[in-house]
Amino acid sequence: MTSLSQPAATPPGTPALPSPIGPEHDPGPSHAHGAHPDHTLTGFVIFLASESLIFLALFVGYAVFKSSAPLWLPAGVEGLEVREPLINTVVLVSSSLVIWLAERALHRQRLGEFRAWWLLTMAMGTYFVVGQAIEWQHLPFGLASGVFGASFYLLTGFHGLHVLTGLALMAFFLVRSLRPGLVLPEGKGVVAVSLFWHFVDVIWVVLFVLTYVWQRR
Amino acid sequence: MASSSTTSPSFDPRMLKEPPPLPGSPGSWRRYFSFNTDAKVIGIQYIAVALLFLLVGGLLAMIMRGELITPPADLVDPTVYNGLYTMHGTVMLFLFLFPVLNGFNNLLIPPMIGAPDMAFPRLNALAFWLFPVFGVILMASFLVPGGPSGSGWWAYPPLSTQNPLGHALNGQLLWILAVAVSGVSSIMGAVNFCTTIIRMRAPGMGWFKMPIFCWTALAAQLIQLMGLPVLTAGAVMLLFDLSFGTSFFKPEGGGDPMLYQHFFWFYSHPAVYVMALPIFGVFSELFPVYARKPLFGYKVVAIASFAITVLSLIVWVHHMFYSGTPQWMRNVFMVTTMLIAVPTGIKVFAWIATLWRGSIRLSTPMLFCLAGLFNFIFAGITGVMLATVPVDIHVGNTYFVVGHFHYVIFNMITFGVFAAIYHWFPKFTGRMYYEGLGKLHFILTFIGSTLNFLPMHWAGLMGMPRRVASYDPEFASANVLASLGAFLLGVATIPFLLNIVSSWVRGPKAPPNPWNAIGLEWLLPSPPPAENFEEDVPTVISGPYGYGLGRPLVEDQERFERRALQT
Repeated sequence: MTSLSQPAATPPGTPALPSPIGPEHDPGPSHAHGAHPDHTLTGFVIFLASESLIFLALFVGYAVFKSSAPLWLPAGVEGLEVREPLINTVVLVSSSLVIWLAERALHRQRLGEFRAWWLLTMAMGTYFVVGQAIEWQHLPFGLASGVFGASFYLLTGFHGLHVLTGLALMAFFLVRSLRPGLVLPEGKGVVAVSLFWHFVDVIWVVLFVLTYVWQRR
Repeated sequence: MASSSTTSPSFDPRMLKEPPPLPGSPGSWRRYFSFNTDAKVIGIQYIAVALLFLLVGGLLAMIMRGELITPPADLVDPTVYNGLYTMHGTVMLFLFLFPVLNGFNNLLIPPMIGAPDMAFPRLNALAFWLFPVFGVILMASFLVPGGPSGSGWWAYPPLSTQNPLGHALNGQLLWILAVAVSGVSSIMGAVNFCTTIIRMRAPGMGWFKMPIFCWTALAAQLIQLMGLPVLTAGAVMLLFDLSFGTSFFKPEGGGDPMLYQHFFWFYSHPAVYVMALPIFGVFSELFPVYARKPLFGYKVVAIASFAITVLSLIVWVHHMFYSGTPQWMRNVFMVTTMLIAVPTGIKVFAWIATLWRGSIRLSTPMLFCLAGLFNFIFAGITGVMLATVPVDIHVGNTYFVVGHFHYVIFNMITFGVFAAIYHWFPKFTGRMYYEGLGKLHFILTFIGSTLNFLPMHWAGLMGMPRRVASYDPEFASANVLASLGAFLLGVATIPFLLNIVSSWVRGPKAPPNPWNAIGLEWLLPSPPPAENFEEDVPTVISGPYGYGLGRPLVEDQERFERRALQT
């Protein structure tokens, strides 16, 4: 989880420009970034494939508990409210399209348009996280009320952590784009963040089906 | 390392004017204590710190064997003993074997494939520096109230979800945190190693011209990428159960302790292959060198590594035959477990065929390899025994399993680690080791490990349970032998450490290719420069291990050999 920001933020293909990490951490002339071809995306895809298995394991755990636990819903709890989470889902999934528009704008070298779509993606992601927080506040069960509560909060919380990471990465690249020349059309960082965002969305769809749609035992 | 003093023994007045080397620059010993992004520095950092923890883990083992030399629990308290075996297992796996093999990956992969460095040098350095962090976290658990975790390195619930003293900071919590940080570091490493092997090979080096060590490293790192996330999921749930009052694994709260066992073994059985596969790679590299013959069945050996990766992911339930697993599940996993003997058996026969009628040179690395192979065949046979459900139910959780496991993890894997250290020592330090001390180390290690782990098999067959500080006097003879072996293993580290320290400081200078070996790393000077071949990467024109075939490995081979000699 802490490793998330690393592959995206490491070498975003900006050789000659000042690094945000500062020159004193630069490993010296023989290790200058531009000296080696950039394999960020290969590494990032490998990382995402591995990360998806944490979710797979949590999903399998959820399904096992749901189908075999002697007690599932805590006393007095009927199930989960679906309407608000469904709106949340629509917003989050459509943000995948918006971030794709941002990426396309950057490839066409329209920096202003890129910033606008990028900011809209961030707004939609923020809407999702805030919606989730409000939902958490009003739920009639807690983390310690049975396996259902624990699994629900673990799954949605772990996913929410990924959304927050995605938002932080986007903010990082938004700030970078304000300093001319730091976000380049060929830069791999924006592509990596966009991939990550699609990943977070796909995971949410599975999670939504598993927890909100599949409610009856 | 003192390269300047050895290349110019006569006094040079210019040396007075030169400023002392900066901490990160080549030639300064201080770079080993800095955030250095050079894979060769990181490799040596990994190996050095891992060897330090080998001593810690070995010390814990010797205290345990001291306790077990007599039947009653008299040397240490049984609670302390629980902490000792938990920490011994955790230290040896997470703080010795994984890091030492990551060290080899760092040292060997870039030169072997002609890459200047890892794909992500800074990520690489970060992954290394997490290692001391989780090392300190784990060691700190000796200092917290209640002492370290005593639930074994499997950390099964319900033992691992209990916090009898009620402190928020307890040994079990630190254990989970250390394992989690280790997992993050391993994932960073795995992403790096896989990207490097997939994307940064020398021109002409197709998949079937790649050295077997790189094949096995890739196969092992794929297991890390697939297995570690599952362990992480289990560890997070365990942490919640321990500290936040959830009941994922607590039956009284509707949870399922078996689910933890599934999560744990889904990773931790393949983890043995994460450690064994690189050593299969070491065997495949070393046997051809010291038998002067091409590796028998190179392609099959390479593909068998991936067969092991795939099979290793579908065998984990054999650790749970006695955990109330349904019979159909036992049958399925018995068959898959036995199937894994096929690719490993193929490798064993390939090595034996490589040795067959070779001109064998019994230097220290070869001795460790031969003994490692011998021990691995023994461990493989007991492994197939353990895969059989009725045998496993009889000997499960006895010393038979402990003996089998240590034959794999020490007598094969750690022997391979020693072989690799001796074999590549001249390449990466620029100094030759002392053969006499190396042979002494081998003889003591072989006798010590056999005495230590062989008698465990018969104690286990007679029914001696593992993880207990006291035992029935009928098992006394086996335990006395095992304890003597353990102390002998402790003694065996003295010539080893003496050898590496003294030969690194003042051993004879090593030529670029002291073993007359074939491989890209041997076309580099000893030690190789920071960026290996830099821009001038040789084009590979034939497969590895062409011993006695009289064909060049790369285009323009004489030029590279001359250049390595000149530097």
